[in-house]
Order: sequence, then C-alpha cells, then structure tokens
Amino acid sequence: MTVMTLIQAVNDALKHEMRRDDRVVVFGEDVGVKGGVFLATEGLQAEFGKDRCFDTPLSECGIIGTAVGMALYGLRPIPEIQFLDFIYPAFDQIVSEAAKMRYRSGGEYTCPMVIRSPYGGGIKGGHYHSQSAEAYFCHTPGLKVVIPSTPADAKGLLIASIRDEDPVMFLEPKRIYRTLKQEVPEGEHVVPIGKGRIVREGKDATVIAYGAMVGICEQAAELAAKEGRSVEIVDPRTLVPLDEPLILDSVRKTGRCVVVYEAPRTCGYGAELAAIVAEKAIEYLEGPIVRVAGFDTPFPYTLDNLYMPDARRVLRGIQKTFQW
Amino acid sequence: MTATKYLSVIDKDGKVAKGKDPNLDAEELRRLYRVMVTTRVMDERALVLQRQGRIGFYVPATGQEASHIGSAYALRDSDWIFPSYRQPGIPLLRGAKIDHLIAEWYGYEGDICKGRQMPVHYSLRSIHFVSVSSPIGTQISHAAGCAMAMRMRKHDGVAMTYFGDGATSSNDFHSGLNFAAVYRAPVVFVCENNHWAISVPVSAQSGTEEMAVKAEAYGMPGVRVDGNDVLAVYRVCKEAVERARRGEGPTLVETVTFRMGPHSSSDDPSKYRDAATVEQWKRRDPIQRFQRYLQQRRLWNEAFEKECQESARATINEAIKRVEATNKPAPRTMFEDVYMTMPPHLQEQMQDLLSLEGPAAADEGAFPL
Ligand SMILES: Cc1ncc(C[n+]2csc(CCOP(=O)(O)OP(=O)(O)O)c2C)c(N)n1
Ligand SMILES: [Mg+2]
Repeated sequence: MTVMTLIQAVNDALKHEMRRDDRVVVFGEDVGVKGGVFLATEGLQAEFGKDRCFDTPLSECGIIGTAVGMALYGLRPIPEIQFLDFIYPAFDQIVSEAAKMRYRSGGEYTCPMVIRSPYGGGIKGGHYHSQSAEAYFCHTPGLKVVIPSTPADAKGLLIASIRDEDPVMFLEPKRIYRTLKQEVPEGEHVVPIGKGRIVREGKDATVIAYGAMVGICEQAAELAAKEGRSVEIVDPRTLVPLDEPLILDSVRKTGRCVVVYEAPRTCGYGAELAAIVAEKAIEYLEGPIVRVAGFDTPFPYTLDNLYMPDARRVLRGIQKTFQW
Repeated sequence: MTATKYLSVIDKDGKVAKGKDPNLDAEELRRLYRVMVTTRVMDERALVLQRQGRIGFYVPATGQEASHIGSAYALRDSDWIFPSYRQPGIPLLRGAKIDHLIAEWYGYEGDICKGRQMPVHYSLRSIHFVSVSSPIGTQISHAAGCAMAMRMRKHDGVAMTYFGDGATSSNDFHSGLNFAAVYRAPVVFVCENNHWAISVPVSAQSGTEEMAVKAEAYGMPGVRVDGNDVLAVYRVCKEAVERARRGEGPTLVETVTFRMGPHSSSDDPSKYRDAATVEQWKRRDPIQRFQRYLQQRRLWNEAFEKECQESARATINEAIKRVEATNKPAPRTMFEDVYMTMPPHLQEQMQDLLSLEGPAAADEGAFPL
C-alpha cells in the first residue's frame, strides 16, 4: 500500500497498464513534457517515449477521431481531454463513431479506448472549467461511464476501464484530485466496472452520490446523524452500466432516497437514478425521492460555491424525505 | 512552403526603411505607445494581484502588445472584434472603462458579465468587443458569420478575429476560413503565432512552419508579419481591412510574436522551454522597439516615459481600489440571463437557494491551468 492522491493514483494506473500492455498509448494536449495540466501523465513520456505518450495539436475532434482509428487497428488509446468542458468538438466522434462502431458493424469492428477527462466544479474555473457533462454520455448507448471518488477506486477503475473491450468515458472529479489521500494497493488492483460501493452504512435514508459529491454527502450524513438520522451513502462508481441491485437493496432497507449530483438538475444522471428507484422500489418508499443538484444555469464563476450542492443543501434534501 | 512575405518596418535601432513608414501623426503614435505601456502595466499589476490571492487567475499578453494593438488600430471603432483571451490592449485602445475590466477580474458586482466568467473573459458591447469564450477557436467562425451578415446588409463594416497558433488546429479555424472565402466575407483573421499553445510548440502543432500559408488552400491571401513591430502589424492589417471593406474578401494575417510570460498565472513555462529562447525574444520587446522609433522621431523622452508609466499605474491602482470596495454579485444574479425571462423552474430553484439558512460553503479551490 502507498498513500496517494487521486491524481497520483491515475498516474500510477496509467504506468501500470503501459508497462503491462504495449498497445496502450496516451495522448492529448500538454500530456507530454508538461505531464498534463493536472500532472496526470507526469513521467509517462520519459518512461515510455514519444510514441506512447505524446502531445497532440489543439483539436479534440482530431484527438478522438484518431483514437478511433488507432483502436480499430488494435491499439488501446487513452486520449486525454484537458477539461470535460472542451470535449464538445469531439462529440460527433464519440457519439456517432466510437460508441456505435461495434453495433453498426455487427461486432466486426470495435473501439476499446478510455477517454480520460477531469470534470466538475470546485476549482474556481468558471463555466468552461467546471462542467459535469456525464449525462450526455450516459445517454449514448455503447459508452460506459466511470467516475471514481477515491484514490484507490481511481486506480482500480482506470485499470479495469483500460482492459475493457468497449469505449469508456473515465471522468475524474478534479476538485478532489489532491484533497483526498488514501492507501492505494501497489501493482495490480482492479475494481470491476458495474459494481458500486457502500460508502457508509445507515438505516434511515439512502443517499446516492458519485465523484466529488460523495465527500459532501459524508459531511451531510454527519449533520443528519446529529439530528438522529442514520444515513447510508451509496457510490455507484460506474454510471453505465449501473449496479442497480446495490442501490435498490439499500433503498429497500432504508425506505428513503436522496440523489445528489452537481450537474444541472434537468435531465441530469440523478434523474435516471430517481426513475429507477421509483420504478423498482416505490413500494418500499416512505417519502418522496429528492434530488439535490446543480442549478439549471451555466456554471458561474464568483458564486460557484453557491452553485454546487453543499452539505447544508444535501442535509435539507435528507430532511425533505422525512417530511411526508 | 513559405508565405508570400514577412514584413518588418522598424529595425532594431528604431529606424524605418524608406517608404515603409505608415506616417501616423505624432499624437496618434504617442497614443498607441501609451496603450501598449498601459497594457504591460496592467499585466504586471494583475499577476501580482493573482499572487496575492486578490484575483483568481490571469492571462498575461506581455510581448504581444504590438500584435494585437497594432492590428486593432487598423480598424474603425465601429468594426467588430472577435477576441480570444489574450488581447487586453484592445479594450484600452477603444476606450473601454478600466473599472469594467478590473471588476471582471474580481467577478464583482461592477462586472458587466456579473461574475460569471473567469478573469479576462471580457464582454464589451459598447466597443464592439464580443464576449470572450474559453473554448479555443470558436470565435473564428463567429467572425466569418458576422462579416457575412455585414455583407448581406450592405454595411461597410469589417470583422477582425484573434486566435493563437494552437487554434489553427481547431475545427472552427477550418470552417471560419472556408466560409469567409466562399462568401467573400469582410473579415480579417489575425493568428497571433506566439510559438506556444501552453506547453505545445508550433512544431508539434502544425505540419507547416508558417501559419499564413494555410490561407492559400482556402482561397485567400496569407501574410506573415513581424508581430513585435507595431507599425508593420498596422500596415499589413490596414491593407487587409481595406481589402475587406472594398468587398475583396478575407485575409489571414499571421503575426509572428512570442509569449514572454507564462500561459496563465498557473503555468510554469520553465518546465517546457529553455531560458535562452526567452532571452532572445526579450531583446525584441515590442514596446522597446516602438520606443526607439519614437525616439528617432523625437516623440519620446524620459519625461514622457515617466508620465506614461505613472499615469498607467495610477489609473489602474485607483480602479482596483474602487472595485475592491464593492461586493460579489447577489446570489439571485446567478439565475438571471439564462433566458430573457426566468422560467418557473429557475424561479423555484432560486427561491430554494435563497431560503437556505446557515453559512454557505466556503469558497475553495485554486485554478491550476
Ligand atoms: C477547445 C479547447 N481545448 C483546450 C483548451 C485548453 N487550452 C486553453 S489555452 C490552450 C492553448 C492555446 O494556444 P494558442 O491557440 O496558441 O493561444 P495562446 O494561448 O498561445 O494565445 C489550451 C490547450 C481550451 N481552452 N479549449
Ligand atoms: Mg500560442
């Protein structure tokens, strides 16, 4: 075990897989000499050379388009999109090409690749360095969507994503890149895609959260405990495919459900979670399913601390499920 | 492949070759100089404020003053500018209120953008300076479209757009130039080739050494100019602007310059480029170059310099004081301007936020890029 931050765990996973599998290549803007603007790829070019870790021209469309070509030819590309907010020029390549290749070719051609990108607010980045765009990708059949919330999960999930045969959107909550330190297994460490985790056990209400919101919900759970309410937190870890049994079992046990996400509320991934719980566990619910989310505005700059759900908003969400 | 020409007007001693001087009058030359100096001072002050934690972020344009100020100077005040984040001198040239710029850095209530964007992402409609976006290159096709509209309306305006060497790789560079050429739109594309896109050098950005040559494939002239020579930039852009206004279509101007400082307040360029090159470019400082020219023409002396520097500093410092005495925008402003009128679901969300009790979450985080 080594104590690592989330960003170090990402770096560790990349190195581990690059050593193991020479098909793995890493590329994107500033990932070479600079090692990425967040230093996720630090040291990769020095160790693996410019053929396996390289800077690209400033074109997200080009980055993903060429990644598709490389994957078709048998490489395992791990393109980095510097900020998820800048992924939109690549949207067509992701949604129309990478995601649909297996299906449209009857399984003849596939696009195993991991698109890594930092996402989410909390770094004073204004609306072009803060967005949570996961829902667009969850809405696209053919893509898997993975979001770690701890250093150990970041490593284990990234390794699993790289070994996966389908294109994976690996979204990294940049707000907690360096704020969390945790023991991470050295060497081989795989966290399977499609398996969530119980962050904290409780019996009165289930809070579902992923990415940087997990920590916020832990704070809220402490506040709720002071009010005598025992909160269980579930982190799905992969949004697609989703560990439904874990979530439904928890909700069936507690009878209450709060869904927390920092993306805009309307059509956010939490809406899907709420719908699944309503469809499959409504007979167990003792109060309404409550969503605590970002507002339906672009992400602000000065007031970003008010935009993102904080512990008091999550706490109020928890209280609401009891007011029935 | 090389571009058609590379123009310098002022040599290193401040002398001008015969027939190349655009012959601007004394007052105008001094005004240009003053704007360049003020831009430099503004950069220095802003970087200090950022280091002191008083503003969150900044993008310096140090070394690129001639490139953006000289080009914008070739326009009429009514022409439209589609900037990137690295042309802070243009608002100064066009007489924007300094308080508006500085309030934008702070994101305080006096900010036209209401604290919604990161520092230097100005929007200054009164001077036809269109809202700056972070995504690279998007403004390039906007400028083409605006110029197409000017043409459809039979107006004699021109659009000028700015972007870096990195932006030539973007989809919008291709679309923008292609559309502009097809519709002979009155637009001037100014590519400020400062040799770096954060840590990526031009050599890793493009298969061509020069950006101006790309124009040919789209069907428009491409011109390379010494971007640290304000008079050369002005001359080349003046020609391009006049061409556009005459209805002869777009031009791509490549200003060859250098980003003397970090990409932004959070970048450390020593990690990816060597000090010797930076030193070399320091000797080609656009402000010193222009100063020597003015000196030759007896339009510059120590007293003028002192006065330029001091008045720039005073103007900026007073504005900082005024801005710092104001507040953050009210929470309700977060919900405004999403739509023309606030729909019910946003009203509900706003009420939800305003009814919260207890202290808000702390302001945290520092921008890493
Ligand atoms: C679409 C997009 N991708 C990535 C970024 C991150 N980024 C910000 S500035 C920059 C480099 C821009 O280089 P260049 O176009 O040469 O302009 P310069 O900063 O040198 O003026 C990058 C990659 C971005 N803002 N937008
Ligand atoms: Mg550049």
